[in-house]
Amino acid sequence: MSDFPKPDQLLSDIDRKPPQMDWMDTPVTIRKGMYCYAANPKSVEYTHLPFPHQWNPLDEDWKLPENWQEILHEGFKVRLERFRSFKLFMDICVRCGACADKCHFFIGTGDPKNMPVLRAELLRSVYRNDFTAAGKILGRLAGARPLTMEVLKELWYYFFQCTECRRCSIFCPYGIDTAEITMMARELFNLIGLNIDWIATPVANCYRTGNHLGIQPHAFKDMLEFFMDDLEEITGVRVEPNFNKKGADILFITPSGDVFADPGTYTCMGYLLLFHYLKEEYGLDVTWSTYASEGGNFGSFTSHEMMKRLNSKMYAEAKRLGVKWILGGECGHMWRVINQYMDTMNGPADFLEEPVSPITGTKFENAKSTKMVHLSEFTADLIKHGKLNLDPSRNDNLILTYHDSCNPARGMGMFDEPRYVIQNVANNFYDMPPNTIREQTFCCGSGSGLNAGENMELRLTGGLPRANAVKYVHEKYGVNMLATICAIDRAALPTLMDYWVPGVGVTGVTEMVANALILPGEGERTTNLRGEPLPGMEDE
Amino acid sequence: MKLDKLLSQHKNVLIKRWFDEVVRTYPVDTASFLKQQKDPFANPVGNTTLKGLEALFDVLITGMDREAVNSFLDPIIRIRALQDFTPSHATSFILFLKQAIRETLVKEFHDPDVITAFMNFESRIDDLCLMAFDIYVKCREKIYQLQANEMRNTTFSAFQRAGLVKDVPDEDVPGLRLLTPPKNGICNV
Amino acid sequence: MNVKYMYSLLAVIALFLLAYLGVEAAGLELLFGIIIPYVAVAAFVAGVVYRVMGWARSAVPFRIPSTCGQQKSLPWIKPNKFDNPFTPGAVVVRMILEVCCFRSLFRNTRNFIQEGKIAYQLEIWLWVAALAFHYAFLTVIVRHMRLFTEPVPALIKLVETVDSFFRFEILTDTIRVGVPGLYMSGLVLLAAVAFLFIRRIVIPHVKYISLPADFFPLFLIFGIAFTGILMRYFSKVNIRAAKELTLGLVSFHPTIPQGIGVVFYVHLFFVCILLAYFPFSKLMHMGGVFLSPTRNLPGNSRAVRHVNPWNYPVEVHTYEEYEEEFREKMIEAGLPVEKE
Repeated sequence: MSDFPKPDQLLSDIDRKPPQMDWMDTPVTIRKGMYCYAANPKSVEYTHLPFPHQWNPLDEDWKLPENWQEILHEGFKVRLERFRSFKLFMDICVRCGACADKCHFFIGTGDPKNMPVLRAELLRSVYRNDFTAAGKILGRLAGARPLTMEVLKELWYYFFQCTECRRCSIFCPYGIDTAEITMMARELFNLIGLNIDWIATPVANCYRTGNHLGIQPHAFKDMLEFFMDDLEEITGVRVEPNFNKKGADILFITPSGDVFADPGTYTCMGYLLLFHYLKEEYGLDVTWSTYASEGGNFGSFTSHEMMKRLNSKMYAEAKRLGVKWILGGECGHMWRVINQYMDTMNGPADFLEEPVSPITGTKFENAKSTKMVHLSEFTADLIKHGKLNLDPSRNDNLILTYHDSCNPARGMGMFDEPRYVIQNVANNFYDMPPNTIREQTFCCGSGSGLNAGENMELRLTGGLPRANAVKYVHEKYGVNMLATICAIDRAALPTLMDYWVPGVGVTGVTEMVANALILPGEGERTTNLRGEPLPGMEDE
Repeated sequence: MKLDKLLSQHKNVLIKRWFDEVVRTYPVDTASFLKQQKDPFANPVGNTTLKGLEALFDVLITGMDREAVNSFLDPIIRIRALQDFTPSHATSFILFLKQAIRETLVKEFHDPDVITAFMNFESRIDDLCLMAFDIYVKCREKIYQLQANEMRNTTFSAFQRAGLVKDVPDEDVPGLRLLTPPKNGICNV
Repeated sequence: MNVKYMYSLLAVIALFLLAYLGVEAAGLELLFGIIIPYVAVAAFVAGVVYRVMGWARSAVPFRIPSTCGQQKSLPWIKPNKFDNPFTPGAVVVRMILEVCCFRSLFRNTRNFIQEGKIAYQLEIWLWVAALAFHYAFLTVIVRHMRLFTEPVPALIKLVETVDSFFRFEILTDTIRVGVPGLYMSGLVLLAAVAFLFIRRIVIPHVKYISLPADFFPLFLIFGIAFTGILMRYFSKVNIRAAKELTLGLVSFHPTIPQGIGVVFYVHLFFVCILLAYFPFSKLMHMGGVFLSPTRNLPGNSRAVRHVNPWNYPVEVHTYEEYEEEFREKMIEAGLPVEKE
C-alpha cells in the first residue's frame, strides 16, 4: 500500500507545465525515438576512424578515451584554423532570432534547443569557454561553459537532430549556416568514436563495396537484371545496360538506394529506360559502374576527410573507364558534395572533357570544371530540344507536386530544371505554398544520415512541416504523388506520407519521364513502371 | 439550452482560454511561437491545434458524430503522439476545456439548470478525452508499424539479394504474403 | 527578475557613475577627456585588426554559398543572378544587398496572404528596426565628424541639414523647443534601441536565447544616445569647447578646455567604452558579414575550381583493391575485370 503514490504526488507527476529555466540549466534527457543507435565498432574500425568502441547513448558511461576533453579541444582548434566559416560562425551571431522558428525540427518538436541559434549556442558556449578571453574571464556571464560530460551528451543529442538542410542559413543576416556547424560538431564526435550506426555502417560498406548496402558487384548487376526483366514485361523491350564499360561516352552514378529500395527502384528503372532510348535513337553509350556504385556520400555526415575518401571513387572510375564526362542521378547530398566539394577535393578532373550533350550539342557551361552534369539538367535539355518522344497522358492518373530536396535547393539552386521536366511528362502539376518550396523548402526530416528506424519520432516530427504542405495540396488539388530528386526523400517520404497524409505516393522525376517515354518498337503499355494500370487501361 | 447559448456566446473567449492552456504544455518560448505565428505552413502545430479545438468545440455543442470528432481530433493527437509527452499529457488537454468554462461562466453557475446542463456537457468532454486516447494509441501503433515496415523492407531486400528468397507460387500461402514489400511505395498497413 | 539584463544594466549604471563622479567630484578631466579616449581608440583599432586578421588567417577550403535562387545552368533557364550569384560582380551586388538592405533578414518577412489578408508578422519589425538602428547610427557618426574636422566638409553639413529637416519649433518666452533643429537620427536611434531591447525581453524565444552580452551594448548605446540628446536639447554644453577638445585629440595636441560640462564627459566615456568593447564582442558582426563564406562566394563551384590550401591526400579504397576482393564473383557475373 505504501508504494502507491499519494494523490498530490500523482498530480505533480502529471504537472503539465514545463519548467522555466535558463537553457544552460536544463539538463538533457536522451529520449527514445529521438536518437540513433551507436555505431557498430567494426564499421568504425574498417574505415580506420578514431576510437571504435561499443557504447550506448542511454548509458551513464560512454566509455570515452581518458583525455577526450583534450582531443576535442585540439580538434576544435584545428578546425577553427581550417575553416573560416566555423570560426566566423562561432563569433558573429548576434542572437537576433531570425532563424529561431525556421527549423523543421523546432517547428515539429517544439523543443527550444532545436532552434538553430540555440543549437549553435550549445557549441558556441564551449568555444567561448575554450577560445575567447571574455569567456575565460567572465565565464557564464559571457555565455561560456566548460565541456563536461553532460554538455557533450547534449551536443551529441542535438547535433544528431539537425539534417544539415541549411534552411536557417538563408534567413540569417550573416549567412550563418547551421549545417556547417553541425558538420564540425560531428567531426568532433567522430574524433572520440561517437558515431551513429546509420552513418558509420553505410560509410564502411560504401568504402568497401562501392555502395551503402554492401551489395557486391555481381549482386548489383543481378538487381539491375531483375529490373530489366520487369521492364521487358511492361514495355516489351529488353534494355541492355553497360557495366564497367571502358570507352563509354558517359559514366552514370546514382545513389544505391535507387537500386534496392522502393520506390527508388522505379526511378532506377526509369534511368534504364531513358538510357536505352538514348542509345537506340542517338547512339549514346552510358555505362554504370559497380565500383563507383554509390552517389550518396554518408562520409559527408562524418567528416570532410571521409567525404573525400568516398567521393574519390567517382573521378578514379571515370579515369579508369576513359569516359568523356559523368552524369549524376537524382540524389540530394550527393549533389551538395559534387557541386560544392568534389572538384576542390579530388579534382582537377583534367582527364575528362568539358561536358557537351552529344545529342543536342548543348555545352554545360556551369559544369565545365567539375565535369559532372545533373540528370535533371540533362533531361531538361533533351526535352527542350524535342529529343524525347513523350506521351504525358500516361501519367494522367497522377496529380503531382514537387518537393525541392534541401541540398539541390540550397546547395546548388536547382529549381526550374526538374519542374520543367515534370511539366513536360505529366499534365497535372501543382506547387506547394511558396514559403515551403524552392529555397524555402522544408526538409523531409530524415536527411544527413538520420533516416534510421529507431529515431522514428524524430523523423516524423521533423517531417511535419513538409507533410503539412503536402496535405494542403492533397486536399486542395487532390495531389496524390510527390515527386522529388533525392534518394533519401524517396526512402523517407513514403513513411512520412503514410503517417501524415495517407494516399500520397512518392516518386523520382525520372520515373515520371520513363512512364511518358515512348520507346522505339515498344508494345502497347498497359501499366506504368509500378505495374499499376495506365489511365484508360484499368480494364485490360 | 441555456448553457448552449452561453457557450456559443462566449465561444471566442473559451476557445482562446482552452488553446492557451494547451499551448502551455510546451516550453514557454515555444508556446509564444505557437500562438503568434499565424501562417499555417510555418507553424503547423499551433494552427492544427487551434483549428481542431474550434471544430471540437462546435461538435461538443451540436452533438457528437463519431466520425466528425475523429476527423477533428486526429490531427492534434497525431502531432502530440510524437512529441515529448506521456500518454496522459498528450491527451489530457481535452479536459482543460472544463476549467476554461468554469472560469469563464463562473457567474452563471447559480442557475441549477446551467449546472445540470454543464454536468452533461462535462461528460461529453470526458467521452472526447477517451476518444482522444483511442486515437493516441492508434497513432503509437502506427509509428511502431512504420518502423517495422521499414525494417522488414530492408531485411527482405537483403534476403532477396542474398538469394535466400524463393518466389512464392501463385496460390496464396498464408503468412508468406507478409514478406512482400509494398509495391506502390505506399505502405497500406 | 532577469539576471541577464540586470547585470548589463548595472554595469552601464556603474560606468555612468564612474564618469560622472570622476569628472565632477575628482576632477579627472585629463583622464576622461584625453587618456581614456586615446586608449579606447587604440584598443578599437588594434582589436578590430586582430579579429579580422584572425578570421582572415583561417582558410576558406570550400566554396559553400547558400544558394537562394535558381542556379545558372541551361541558357534558356533564367538564373537568379543575385540570390545565387555566378560571377564575382554578382557577388558584389549580393553583398551590397546584404550589407545595405539586410536582404536575408528581409526574407524573414516575405510572407503570404492568409484568408485574403496579410498575416500578422512580428518579424518585419525586426528588419525595420534593424535598418533604422544601423542607418541612424551611421548618420549620427557622420554628423559627429564635424567635431573632428575644420573646416567642416560640405558632405557632413549636408547630412546635418537633411537630418534636421524636420524642425519642430515652439518659441515662446518660456519654452524653446526646436532650437537647434531636431535631429531625426538621434530619436530614431533611441526608439530602435528601445524596440530591440523590448523585443529581447518580451518575445519569449528571443529572451530565452539572449545573453548578458546582448543587453550590454544596447544599454550602452541607449546611454550614448540619451546623453547626446540631453546635451543638445536640455543641459546645454559648450559646443565650442567640446570641439576644441575633439580637434585637439585628432591633431595630437590634446587640451582640456574649461567649462564643457560633465554630461559631455559621460557621453565621451560611454563612446570610449563602446569602442574598446567593440572588437571583443558580437558587435564584430559588422566586419564578419563581409567575410561570411555562405554569402561572399559565387555559386559557380562546378564551373570554376576552388582550391583548398590545406587539401591533403587521404586513404582511399582503390579499384585494384576492390577488384582483388571481388574478382571471381565479377568474372562469374560477366563483369569486365582488369586482370583475368
